[in-house]
Amino acid sequence: MEMSGEQTILRPQAVTWSSITDPRVLKACIPGCESMDKVGDNEYELVMGAKVGPVSAKFKGKITLADVDAPHAYTLIFEGQGGVAGFAKGQANVRLLPDGETTRLQYTAKAMIGGKLAQVGSRLVDGVARKMAESFFSAFNEHVSGVKGEG
Amino acid sequence: MNAPVIGTRVERKEDYRFLTGSGTYTDDVALPGQTCAYFLRSQHAHAKINRIDISKAKTAPGVIEVFTGADLPGSVGGLPCGWLITDVNGQPMKEPKHPLLAQGKVRYVGDHVAVVIAETLNQAKDACELIEVDYEVLPAVVNVADARKPGAAQVHDIAPDNTCYVWALGDKTAVDKAFAQAAHVTKLDFINNRLIPNAIEPRAAVASYSRGDDSYTLYVTSQNPHVARLLMTAFVLGLPEHKLRVIAPDVGGGFGSKIFLYAEETVLTWASKQVNRPIKWTAERSESFVSDAHGRDHLTSAELALDKNGGFLALRVHTTANMGAYLSTFASCIPTILYATLLAGQYTTPAIYCEVTAVFTNTAPVDAYRGAGRPEASYVIERLVSTAAREMKIPDADIRRRNFIKEFPYQTPVALCYDTGDYEATLTEALKLADVAGFEARRKEAAARGKLRGLGYSAYIEACGLAPSNVAGSLGARAGLFEAGEVRVHPTGKVTVFTGSHSHGQGHETTFAQVVADRLGLGVDDVDIVHGDTGRILFGMGTYGSRSIAVGGTAIVKALDKIVAKGKRIAAHLLEAPDADIEFKDGKFTVAGTDRQVPFAQVALSAYVPHHYPLDKLEPGLNESAVYDPTNFTFPAGSHICEVEVDPDTGATKIVNFTAVDDFGKTINPMIVEGQVHGGLAQGIGQALLEACVYDRETGQLLTGTYLDYAVPRADDLPSFKVTTRETPCTHNPLGVKGCGEAGAIGAPAAVINAIVDALAHLGIRDIEMPATPQRVWQALQSAKKERIAT
Repeated sequence: MEMSGEQTILRPQAVTWSSITDPRVLKACIPGCESMDKVGDNEYELVMGAKVGPVSAKFKGKITLADVDAPHAYTLIFEGQGGVAGFAKGQANVRLLPDGETTRLQYTAKAMIGGKLAQVGSRLVDGVARKMAESFFSAFNEHVSGVKGEG
Repeated sequence: MNAPVIGTRVERKEDYRFLTGSGTYTDDVALPGQTCAYFLRSQHAHAKINRIDISKAKTAPGVIEVFTGADLPGSVGGLPCGWLITDVNGQPMKEPKHPLLAQGKVRYVGDHVAVVIAETLNQAKDACELIEVDYEVLPAVVNVADARKPGAAQVHDIAPDNTCYVWALGDKTAVDKAFAQAAHVTKLDFINNRLIPNAIEPRAAVASYSRGDDSYTLYVTSQNPHVARLLMTAFVLGLPEHKLRVIAPDVGGGFGSKIFLYAEETVLTWASKQVNRPIKWTAERSESFVSDAHGRDHLTSAELALDKNGGFLALRVHTTANMGAYLSTFASCIPTILYATLLAGQYTTPAIYCEVTAVFTNTAPVDAYRGAGRPEASYVIERLVSTAAREMKIPDADIRRRNFIKEFPYQTPVALCYDTGDYEATLTEALKLADVAGFEARRKEAAARGKLRGLGYSAYIEACGLAPSNVAGSLGARAGLFEAGEVRVHPTGKVTVFTGSHSHGQGHETTFAQVVADRLGLGVDDVDIVHGDTGRILFGMGTYGSRSIAVGGTAIVKALDKIVAKGKRIAAHLLEAPDADIEFKDGKFTVAGTDRQVPFAQVALSAYVPHHYPLDKLEPGLNESAVYDPTNFTFPAGSHICEVEVDPDTGATKIVNFTAVDDFGKTINPMIVEGQVHGGLAQGIGQALLEACVYDRETGQLLTGTYLDYAVPRADDLPSFKVTTRETPCTHNPLGVKGCGEAGAIGAPAAVINAIVDALAHLGIRDIEMPATPQRVWQALQSAKKERIAT
């Protein structure tokens, strides 16, 4: 499954870039994120809760920032284990385009689930993933711009 | 004169137990000190296991032991396959090891990685969460059509191109020649959709070990406990066979899925000695979806050659069959021996050639599911025949009649010899019962309401009564296929029968009691049937392939013959007459031509209180056993007619009428037979309209892992069936019986799809893939509409 979207961030590209690569900001904006610790260059360990239909799971996973092209673009790769509930993985390609004093944040993301999550939630996961992506980027916009983002 | 018992609707003796909640299922078994097992299953379709860390799980609360593949000793083998298929080049099929717990690799979602044994189930589950597995995910191959494509992921190193075997049956040259001379050729490509069995009781096992005598007891949801014991002891665990008792108590449905030896019960049996405590495992429904052996999953290309009058000249079939990730117990024989041999159907097609390629994929193993090969074969024939009829403008009934086999015995070009049948009779009766004469009027009436009506035929045949052991052996079976029965007459004349035919919904406790009551002149309640316990029963090959009454029932009859023969000698002594003068009828031994008689119960008593008894010639007691090996298969056959109404606005299909006229030979209990037919039809209609097991084609994740996504038929999906039987008795067993368990599931799919195609044919639609969901039908209607506009 793939999804994409765009947000206008009311901050210049450089400010937006430093925020979207800041683990504290990411932690605040990732829905259900309980902890996020840096374990290496561009590598973070994270614990987050998520619910897909009837299955609630706590994912322990890793976020890696790859193909970093400051201050224009990077790829965020996520891999998480939800115990018996299964696993989730995905990646988001984030691109920042300067637009005067604002920045256009474009993203395309894809997600994949496995195990019990896939068996019980395959028809629900598209909606869940889309909603999570939207709420992440909206929260990010709000965090950085100080205003509610526009989807 | 007693009222006849055979052929009457005796209410099922077992139902009191089941309806009052008094049954004993495997999960009801509670042994002192019992522990719980939970299996860690692969979440990936294909992955290398770099490392498994069980240290945290081992010290979790309540955990007794954690085992992975590395803990199994080298003496423990893989799960065996019971049927060797030899390929077209004379080479044996590829048999990759089927480990109990993954050895370095997982090959399907649900594959067994580790087992946790703990005091409670929740503790076992919690500890499972603590097992850390470092997987290196590999590309997966899922779809039967992708398995042999260049670059496809390889499931097993020893099976290049994921090929288990390429096998063929029939005379290819004769078939090619016939096609070259054909006036008409009908060709169709099909997918026979993959199904998940869904027995109402999930698989379960309780294993225990007795240190005192170094023996094991296993309670397990099995259709054939003796086979499970033999395979487990001799081929996997290397235990002495007599040290394992396997009990299959009440079992809530199997449909084939409980024939096979699975990893779970085998691991439990082994582990019960390691932990020296009983261990229970019961599958959760989600586990059943991923780990019960699935059914069907064929990709087929089939052609029928006809002469200008619609006479069948030849049939050519190429099938690729999905075996899943490993060979399950009987997987290899399902798309070959139980499929290609049935391709003559009810017809005199003189030349048939079938080539089957079996492939491995990263999916759950595929094996027998109600019908097992025969529904697939019947679907090929009956879809082709109806399509040919439409193309040649010959009515459905006529093209079938023109080609029916009318003389018996009939040797088909695909190895089987049909002993008897009357296909004309079942078709004629079905036409009448389905009111085919009134169909055009009903079609018009439906059209006036904007609905499309269609009528679909299916004249199926199946081979049951598996099987003459020597024939099966020559075809690759690694087991005999006889059945055992023992009749124990107690001193009061009451009877307990021990049969190797397990009952898990079939009603043997009633049907077999009727056979015994009829032979001995007793009441049905005077006879109890015991099954499902290797500790009590001589031997048994088990219940599958509609074989119970034909093979297990015959073994009991043979034992009854011995009881009657011995009884006559005892009676002769009591009546002071020569042995040869004694007749046995209606429960009485009589001196022929006189009124001197002695009842059965008195003979039984004499056998156990032998005061006046021919001790010089006869042993006391009245207990006889017999093992029956059939001389041929039995050939149940029938005609099914389905009438559907399709809503062109939504694509929804409603089955408005379903008629099944079946010939099962002699019927013992018509009520039970009807129940079997109803159940089979429900599953056949389920396959045609609703059920499809879907894996994600790239990742191998099972997408239909709950009843939200895997649709089994409900009562309101089904019409009130019209079913009846015609009887042409089987010629080679004493009861004249053929078997009725699978017929519905074999005949129904083609009847339903033929009916839908009939409803849509005027729009240019000639095929609909199963399951014919509203979406598929609607899309076919839209495509047909577009094509009509374009042309």
